[in-house]
Amino acid sequence: MDAIQQALCQHFQHGMPLCAEPYRAMAETIGSSEAQVLDALQRLQRDGGLSRIGPVFEHSRAGASTLVALAVPEALLERVAERISQYPEVNHNYLREHAYNLWFVLTGPDRARIDQVLDEIAADTGLQPLDLPMQRAYRIDLGFPLAGNPVAGHPQSKAAPGDTP
Amino acid sequence: MSACISPSDEPLARRLIAFTEAGLPLVADPWAWLAEQLQLSVDDCLALLQRLQANGLIRRIAAVPNHYRLGYRHNGMTVWDVDDEALAQLGPAVGALPFVSHCYRRPRRGDWPYNLFAMVHGRSAEDIEPDRETIRALLGDACNADEMLVSSRILKKTGLRLGGA
Repeated sequence: MDAIQQALCQHFQHGMPLCAEPYRAMAETIGSSEAQVLDALQRLQRDGGLSRIGPVFEHSRAGASTLVALAVPEALLERVAERISQYPEVNHNYLREHAYNLWFVLTGPDRARIDQVLDEIAADTGLQPLDLPMQRAYRIDLGFPLAGNPVAGHPQSKAAPGDTP
Repeated sequence: MSACISPSDEPLARRLIAFTEAGLPLVADPWAWLAEQLQLSVDDCLALLQRLQANGLIRRIAAVPNHYRLGYRHNGMTVWDVDDEALAQLGPAVGALPFVSHCYRRPRRGDWPYNLFAMVHGRSAEDIEPDRETIRALLGDACNADEMLVSSRILKKTGLRLGGA
């Protein structure tokens, strides 16, 4: 990341101005120009360093969700993982190093739909899903401090805390 | 959707999610673009975004970095078996640690004894270990067991999808 991209991530991963021409306001904050900010974001997006710009939605307010784990026998892992990713209700799917080795988030309009999909998955895979809905949030994705340019491989410690609200 | 979203906003909110969940276009005035999609005035569109943020459907409006692509390849899902009566105090304390991006209470199930989840990120497994030690020290005797599940592969990661909602 170049200096402008880094400043943009540091300042605006937790929130950006909600006003007409927000990139002009963001440019003022970091002492740059609107054109430079748009250019920096476009490059970052093209290189894959920017997921997106816009609203981040709260799943639990928009419907129902749960975290699910499956303990998949190694020989079946690729096939089951691929199958799980195909469900439109699955929006994160990770392999993790554990007996429960496949972890994914299910979202749907309501809990009844989640139960239905869990049943489908059980029938589909022959595995019993571990259903771990959130009971309380102590911290929800606000991003985390980014330190320097990790691609450059500086072995420095992570950034000091303080910019998370 | 949650009852706290006023009924008159609900159809608009669904359309707003559909237009923005993959990210806003990188144009000088993205809110004018969104207003046009929703057939609202820019002022009404900004007011709608403010209402949805105030009632919690929108967590934040931000530039969302792709931490994985920026070099934070290791996300450790640390899971903790914490005495239930201690969670009210210790859950928020873990959630407040600067390096924790998500922290949730989830139910124990059968062979899954862990009721506290805290997500930590780093550029290497060694990077995460000190953070885990910090959490362990904070939980002290209230914690009976813990594990860390490191992600070995991301198979699918998308923003919120409401599917048939």
